[in-house]
Amino acid sequence: MTNRAHSSHIGGCLSAAELLAVLYGGILRVDPSKPDWPERDRFILSKGHAAAAAYAVLAERGFFPLEWLDSFYLDGSHLAGHITRGVPGVEASTGSLGHGLSIGCGMALADKHDGKSCRIFVLLSDGECDEGSTWEAALFAPHHKLDNLIAIIDYNKIQSLGRVKEVLDLEPFADKWQACGWAVFEIDGHNVEAIEKALLGVPPEKEKPTCIIAHTVKGKGVSFMENKLAWHYQFPDDDQLRQALEELGVSG
Amino acid sequence: MAREDESIFLLVGDVGYRLVEPFAREFPERFVNIGIAEQNMVGIAAGLALSGKTVFLYSIANFPTVRCVEQIRNDVCYHKANVKIVTAGGGLIYGALGPTHHLTEDVALMRALPNMTVIAPGDPLEAGLVTQAAALLSGPCYLRLGRTGDPQVHHVTPDFQIGRAIKLRDGRDITLIASGGILPNVCRAAENLAGQHIEALVLSMHTVKPVDKEAVLDAARDTGAIVTIEEHSVLGGLGSAVAEVIAESGLGVPFLRMGLPDEFISQVGSRDYLRNIYSLSTDGIVSSVKKFLKQKKR
Repeated sequence: MTNRAHSSHIGGCLSAAELLAVLYGGILRVDPSKPDWPERDRFILSKGHAAAAAYAVLAERGFFPLEWLDSFYLDGSHLAGHITRGVPGVEASTGSLGHGLSIGCGMALADKHDGKSCRIFVLLSDGECDEGSTWEAALFAPHHKLDNLIAIIDYNKIQSLGRVKEVLDLEPFADKWQACGWAVFEIDGHNVEAIEKALLGVPPEKEKPTCIIAHTVKGKGVSFMENKLAWHYQFPDDDQLRQALEELGVSG
Repeated sequence: MAREDESIFLLVGDVGYRLVEPFAREFPERFVNIGIAEQNMVGIAAGLALSGKTVFLYSIANFPTVRCVEQIRNDVCYHKANVKIVTAGGGLIYGALGPTHHLTEDVALMRALPNMTVIAPGDPLEAGLVTQAAALLSGPCYLRLGRTGDPQVHHVTPDFQIGRAIKLRDGRDITLIASGGILPNVCRAAENLAGQHIEALVLSMHTVKPVDKEAVLDAARDTGAIVTIEEHSVLGGLGSAVAEVIAESGLGVPFLRMGLPDEFISQVGSRDYLRNIYSLSTDGIVSSVKKFLKQKKR
């Protein structure tokens, strides 16, 4: 998709791939034939630039035709470069960082008020945690006991202009979320079993929202992309695409 | 309204002392004090609205707008979320507190956002009607209120519709279009002008977006001169909205925007003190209108 459309953010898509796959592979209680089902779980891609990955997963799950992916980011497409509500299965339009967790808090609040047992999952990037608005939401959710809210952080340690540690160090990251009042897990974000175990166990503590810090690798699975800042921006050319698909074990 | 409509939620940004307590008492499960976190407040409002709720969010001065424009733009307007952003302190109400609390660019900012309805009621009666109408309107709305105890202009409940200006006074010599809490001064100015044989048509343009184009064009044709008056910058607010209509109409009528200049106010004083300095007192409006008419005659 990113090769054809010359769009960026492939690094941040690959780091979130397993997380998205497990979420839509069986954790999220959703029905592609009924995207407005009132009792559904809701997922917000707060790191909206990983839209390509989210769209791929939604298409695989049957929310819309796989063919739509062919026109991702191209003129006249259904699918813009940042995830957009209106595409079946998408709960919120994002693209500017620091919005998704607040929207998730609002949805969680509504569900609590209505006595529903659905869950709200929000996937954030690490760089997104530079935004003050993220921490406004981080303070809010535990205070209001939103244990139906699960924040997952794609902690791939690289942001847009450098490594997180060099730009704005988040460590001790888990401690921060814990201090705000979240029930915190740290997992290998590429280990499907670990992801599944963590997500099946939510909420681990009643009256506390859950924060799953997923340690990931930007560009995971493609040797020349792993841990390289440039792949936040670049799109693979045809040769690189071929090699990448080979390494990932996908037929072209 | 909240008694009849169970979907109504009220969010506040840690303000509203002695104002919001009755709602909080009667509907504790639908009242949330978000804290001093306006960006979060707007995001939460959007999340609630996307879950089927009708959300009113409230703070004062620039806090629920300027502070969180991107959230209003992306989370509320882009989603056409059913969120009503309510602020108190329109214009220079918080006068002596200084420019951080002067609400003078909010209408311009909100007007530029797609899907946003922008309303500045002229008196407490309009404010009540506006609130009810906003609750029934599906989608984003900005309500720029004045202050408790503001003078009432309407003696009879007007026929109210969002987007339709209210004619308060008929006249053939000039049209005065006002928006928001400056309305009482404009009405008094019109009475004053009448005593000097200048009959002014007065319109309360409570809805700045969508502006009542027909009312503007009718006024242009009937009176041949238009003055807008607002307690807001002359850039981007009511004046600009009306100017856009006039300019594109080809009617070419003489036109004047009265409001606040493009600067931060350095003088310290109450609303009335500052209005006086910027010719927005009743007398200030009268003399500006007379000067404008003299120039028009030349």
